[in-house]
Formats: sequence, C-alpha cells, structure tokens
Amino acid sequence: MVETVQETICVRVNGEAKSVSAGLSIAGLLAEIEIDPKKVAVERNLDIVPRALLDEVRVEDGDTLEIVHFVGGG
Amino acid sequence: MTAQQEIRADTWTVAGRAFTSRLIIGTGKYKNFEENAAAVEASGAEIVTVAVRRVNIADPNQPILTDFIDPKAITYLPNTAGCFTADEAIRTLRLAREAGGWNLVKLEVLGEAKTLYPDMRETLRATEQLVKEGFEPMVYCVDDPVAAKQLEEAGAVAIMPLGAPIGSGLGIQNKVTIRLIVEGAKVPVLVDAGVGTASDAAVAMELGCEGVLMNTAIAEAKEPVLMARAMRAAVEAGRLAYLSGRMGQRKYADPSSPLAGLI
Repeated sequence: MVETVQETICVRVNGEAKSVSAGLSIAGLLAEIEIDPKKVAVERNLDIVPRALLDEVRVEDGDTLEIVHFVGGG
Repeated sequence: MTAQQEIRADTWTVAGRAFTSRLIIGTGKYKNFEENAAAVEASGAEIVTVAVRRVNIADPNQPILTDFIDPKAITYLPNTAGCFTADEAIRTLRLAREAGGWNLVKLEVLGEAKTLYPDMRETLRATEQLVKEGFEPMVYCVDDPVAAKQLEEAGAVAIMPLGAPIGSGLGIQNKVTIRLIVEGAKVPVLVDAGVGTASDAAVAMELGCEGVLMNTAIAEAKEPVLMARAMRAAVEAGRLAYLSGRMGQRKYADPSSPLAGLI
C-alpha cells in the first residue's frame, strides 16, 4: 500500500496565514472553518467569488481571501 | 384626494421601492443586538444601514446582526463607512452585493478622520463607477447644492447631505443649503448625519426632505428605545408640518383673539 501524504498549501484568510489541504474548494474551506456560505461574501485575490461558484473555485497556494458579512453600522 | 387621504397615502420611493417610514436608522454603537432590534421596532424604520466587515474566523459562530434584525422584513442598506477612496468603497459594495444580493447601497467616501467630511471628488468618481456596475447608490455628501446636482446627474438614487459632522449631534447647521438641495433635486433628499435630538429630525422634514438617516442620536441616548420612538414621532410631525404649509413669520405679535367686542 502506498502511503499518501496530504499536500497542504498556504493562504491568507481575513489577514491571517492558514494552511489548508490542496485541492480544496472555497465552499470546502468555508465548511472547514464552520462558516455558513449563505451569510457571507467571499473575495479571492480582489475578485468576488459568486456564491454559485463557491463549490467550483479551488483555493490555490498564495491566495488572499476575504470573507465578510454584515455587522452593525451607521 | 382629500388632505386626510393624502396623509394616509404618504409614501416615498427610492429606486422604485416604496416605503412608508421616512426614518432610516443605523445599527452601530448599540449596547447589544436586543437593544438594537428593539430600537428598530420602536422607530418604525423599514430600512437600516449596516457595515461590511470581516467574519471573525477564529469564532465564526458568535451571534450576528441578521439573527436579530431580519433582512427579509427590514431592508438592509449596506454602507461604505471607513472607506477613504472610491476604490475601497466600490470593493466594499461589490462584496455587500454578493453577501446580500441587492443593489440598493449607501455610498460614503470619507475625506479625513477628524471631521468625517466626505471627499466629494472620490464620492463622485465612485458614484459613476457604481452606477455603471448596476448599483443604486444613495450617496452621503456635503450640503452643497452644486455637488448634489452632480451626484444626481451621475446616477445617485438619493442625495444624502450631512446636517452636521457624523456622530456630532449638533443638528442641522445650514438650513439654507439643505433647502436649496431639496428644491433642486429630482431624487429623494435625506439628511444623513448630524441629528442629535428629535427637533433636529423635525427640522430636516420641515425643510422638505424625504427622510432622515441617523445612528448615534438613538444609539447614544440614555434610553435608545425611547429616543427611537421620539425620532419616529419627530419625523412624522416634521413631515406633516411640511405638507401643511407653515404660517408666515412676522416680526411682531398678532393677537389670536378678536379685538372686536373687547370689554
């Protein structure tokens, strides 16, 4: 049996460095950090990731992701 | 239509959406979400402003605003508070549109931290770009009739001049410019910022504004829920006074009781 080593990549999520499994989708990343995709918007390298594509878009090494939601404000 | 019917049907419209309440309130600076929700209820507001911020990824399951104020019942108006350039504001609103799924937004591009006065050059630039991208921006601006006209020409769906600096509670400093903006605009004009107490809101409405937007005046009152109710009454009173057409002003007294028949 060949031992498979899970490859990890480095990304920045909301300003913090994070290592995640290679090949993970954005939806997968949200699930991993327990965020409900319906309540947030995601920006990847300054481009919006439409909600419909969260399952398809893969997180790549070096990505900068912003995950935002609505908070109280004037 | 009789005057009574007219008052009952007194709605206002922004970007094709009709609202009954002319009071828009912010959701910042409250002690907690419960108080915030109670203030919204007491104010009768149908629109609340909200900010767009990073999710706390270390603890994503904290209570959030939408658990307390239902975006299906109350229109969320995402803002660009804290943005000092057009690009930052546009980026924020693209995210807001994705998070909420709506185009009606509040644009504010600040010029400096001390006064939070808007940077009108960047504000105009952002308005033009947002309109190109299909947004419907309600725009916070200086109380300058010329700048207001330029924003309207750029496609702003509402003009929202400050009455006084954000969070100052100083009341409407320049009634003349607010009136001139109202007279010149074909889109709704709402005083945004500067209201400190109920009479300030009434003044804005008496000048003919379609509505008033406020946050701190309610959130920082000792009893925010009570102040929310006061603001609701003030906005309604000011609106009714505007529709009534106030009496002329005289320099001296004019007795209300007849002089004839005086013993």
